[in-house]
Amino acid sequence: MSIETTLPVLKPADFASDQDVRWCPGCGDYSILAQMKKMLPTLGLPRENIVFISGIGCSSRFPYYMNTYGMHSIHGRAPAVATGLKSCRPDLQVWVITGDGDGLSIGGNHLMHCIRRNVDLNIVLFNNRIYGLTKGQYSPTSPLGKKTKSTPMGAIDNPLHPLSIAIGCEATFVARSVDTNIRHLSTTLKRAADHRGTAFVEVYQNCNVFNDKAWEYATNRESKADTTLELEHGRPLIFGKDRNKGIRLNGLDPEVVELGKGITEDDLLFHDERSPEPSLAYLLSRMRHEDGFPEPIGVFRSVDAPRYDSSINEQAKEATRVNGVGDLEALFHSGETWEVT
Amino acid sequence: MANSTVSKSVSNLLEATVRFCGDSGDGMQLAGTQFTNTSALIGNDVATFPDFPAEIRAPRGTKAGVSGFQIHFSSNEIYTPGDTVDALVAMNPAALATNLADLRDGGVLLVNKDSFEKKGLEQAGYQSNPLEDGSLKKYKIHSVEMTKLTRLAVQDCSLSQKEADRCRNFFAMGLVFWLYDRPLEPTLRFIEQKFGAKVPQVAQANSLVLKKGFHYGETVEAISTQYHVDAAQLPPGTYRNIMGNVALAWGLITAAQKSERRLFLGAYPITPASTILEELARHKNFDVLTFQAEDEIAAMTATIGASFAGAMGVTASSGPGIALKGEGMGLAVITELPMVVINVQRGGPSTGLPTKTEQADLLQAMFGRNGECPMPIVAARSPGDCFDVAQEAWRLAVRYMTPVLLLTDGYVANGSEPWRIPEVAEIPKIPVEHPAPLNDGDLYQPYQRNERLSRPWAVPGTPTLEHRLGGLEKQDITGNVSYDPVNHEHMCRLRAKKVANIADDIPLQDLDGPDTGEVLVLSWGGPYGACATAVHQAQAAGKKVSHCHLRYLNPFPKNLGQILQRFGKVLVPELNLGQLDLMIRSRFMIDTVGLHKIQGKPFAVAEILAKIEELA
Repeated sequence: MSIETTLPVLKPADFASDQDVRWCPGCGDYSILAQMKKMLPTLGLPRENIVFISGIGCSSRFPYYMNTYGMHSIHGRAPAVATGLKSCRPDLQVWVITGDGDGLSIGGNHLMHCIRRNVDLNIVLFNNRIYGLTKGQYSPTSPLGKKTKSTPMGAIDNPLHPLSIAIGCEATFVARSVDTNIRHLSTTLKRAADHRGTAFVEVYQNCNVFNDKAWEYATNRESKADTTLELEHGRPLIFGKDRNKGIRLNGLDPEVVELGKGITEDDLLFHDERSPEPSLAYLLSRMRHEDGFPEPIGVFRSVDAPRYDSSINEQAKEATRVNGVGDLEALFHSGETWEVT
Repeated sequence: MANSTVSKSVSNLLEATVRFCGDSGDGMQLAGTQFTNTSALIGNDVATFPDFPAEIRAPRGTKAGVSGFQIHFSSNEIYTPGDTVDALVAMNPAALATNLADLRDGGVLLVNKDSFEKKGLEQAGYQSNPLEDGSLKKYKIHSVEMTKLTRLAVQDCSLSQKEADRCRNFFAMGLVFWLYDRPLEPTLRFIEQKFGAKVPQVAQANSLVLKKGFHYGETVEAISTQYHVDAAQLPPGTYRNIMGNVALAWGLITAAQKSERRLFLGAYPITPASTILEELARHKNFDVLTFQAEDEIAAMTATIGASFAGAMGVTASSGPGIALKGEGMGLAVITELPMVVINVQRGGPSTGLPTKTEQADLLQAMFGRNGECPMPIVAARSPGDCFDVAQEAWRLAVRYMTPVLLLTDGYVANGSEPWRIPEVAEIPKIPVEHPAPLNDGDLYQPYQRNERLSRPWAVPGTPTLEHRLGGLEKQDITGNVSYDPVNHEHMCRLRAKKVANIADDIPLQDLDGPDTGEVLVLSWGGPYGACATAVHQAQAAGKKVSHCHLRYLNPFPKNLGQILQRFGKVLVPELNLGQLDLMIRSRFMIDTVGLHKIQGKPFAVAEILAKIEELA
């Protein structure tokens, strides 16, 4: 006789905690929270098996608003907290919520090492290109020349590009979405949740108080078809309101071409998210609006690789298989001993 | 063994101290370790002091590259590696120059004559050859052509000259083994285990050279006396020799087993704590997970994640690493998760003296975090004591839901002593409770406290107990974020009271000596041995002196104040500029006498004794 237990079907509201959400009205974070709550029930996981870990910053308040297990840790360290948690409890689904300052500035080192270890975590980086919680200083993703409270004459340091960093660390899953593109965001979060290994998702998120319209070009209804490019695995890179523009490879460099006039879809770069080599994904991550390219959204890369959390437990099992279950008596008496009577 | 052709006298000693010193590449640590293990196996009490430079291989022959290993072995119970040395083995002029001051007058000096050539003498700063200029005549000097004799011994082993020279330490060992009447068999077994299978010719060469050194002692006429130290009368039981960091790692494993937890160690390599990581990594079959993190902060915060997951979270480092963990420890304090933070102290500030010992992180342990951030502190006093203190730290951590700081130091960590192997069944269990899922309609309150003021440890994966922890101040009972000023003060006081409550849970402070007297020696950590020995000697000389050694630094045992009041003077010897001293003065409002040493070296018994004599 088999005993079947059915999981209760959860609704988005079941994932809402009893805490008031305290982001500024109009903040892009609301949309990400809403899509997360909408997406999680589709995974069929019990709520108690989901953990949200965050660092410090506006985005990092996220765990307080989810009725799951969670920890609002310290600035930049969420990937490390999550690594310890996931290593001990690989059965849990662990999310890391971070921002551009938290993840790429003070926590850059942890992000890099978490990704290269391929710990089975889902990292969502809310990129608003500004320090919001400290009220408007420039961030590591702020563009050159950006005037903020701490850069009255303009930022003079070259910005980091989150996906280039992730791909440089050979992330096994890399994606980008936009806070206002809710259908796309929900699908992207779902893809990240389904990936085994570190899933890194950058979300273009608007800070309407300190850096409003930073992603205007990518969200504006009029322009977004020309300024973004939705990636589809196995499909050519086509974009534009009239779907008449594409990306072609010229040597090692991408270029924008118009379809027709002798150029067909077959001449275009085809997206292969499963390519073991990360070079093309890296090239995509370098396509920037300011250089006249559409910025790709969707899944850049999705490949399989050994996961740290699973390997660390495998080693414990392997050691037990080879040496037997640890026995204190045997440990204490290993090596040379002597009797005193 | 060849029959001795020379008649030798045997002199019985109660105890002796030997130091091997040479270039960092000369294998002196190995020689010292083998001598120690052999002495322990034949029943002596032993205490050791390895002393090595921060550089892995400083330029050959220089004073900066000298590495040493001191062993004190005795037929009585001993607590220190010895103040002065009875026999010094110096493999080169630099080793002689840097170590001779510790050799007692009339002591035995064994040198490798072959290394006392022009360049070596110059590097050591000698104007003339001390072996020839009469400057060493107050010692029993044996100048032996160790390089030449070693090469001769291995000429049939098909080794290169460089490989042959690497066996020299075994010649020195063999000779000292003969001098102190120690058997070769344990070392021969060690050689076979270490090299036998992999490089049989090296195993053969080392064995030959070891025996050659021993035979040299037996046969050469110039060495006329052999020394003998009887077995010590230690309490009955099965013993082994153990290093501090190994005892600490085993104590952690034991604590994990006795609390039925997985053990998670987050660590970043740092001297002198790295061997804890290495030792634990060897025992993954005890369900031990070792995470070599990208930095100290990740080591700390991954440990917090592990404790949140319900595991026994441990991180181990030294002062500079502990400084980096400060913010993480604050998170551990405010989230009230149990874990053990180990500081194997070394000389500071900054990088300081990485391989040398010091006790100057006590105030860092007390106060080195932002905000009102109390943590319990325990300290180990000797290598074997690390085993017990590790378990005690974890017991307090889970009972009070708090991170606990465990302090040792380079001297305790690298030193070794005989350790009576405990009966596993007699080691107490460490009970851990996790709340069970709630009934319908009930609400989990993550900051609801029990009579000790500790909160429940609900682990992810438990239905109905979903909750959020974090670094923002939490409302009492509910654990919701709270900026309420009165709540903040309340929570700060609660956290402080919870740690203070530990005083109800630890043994009353004991004393070695009468309850009252002229001088109380108050010590903590590594100086235990030197203080105990000095106090025993002073007591034997009729001084009214007692010894109080603290394992618990925060909170103090409840009766400490009363003890202090019963003595005319309180002497506080520390390897710092007066940190416990400061805590005692401010807490108990008493005048104390500090004795401070910050030379990267442990106290000598004579230093403590001289101070006691000055006061009593």
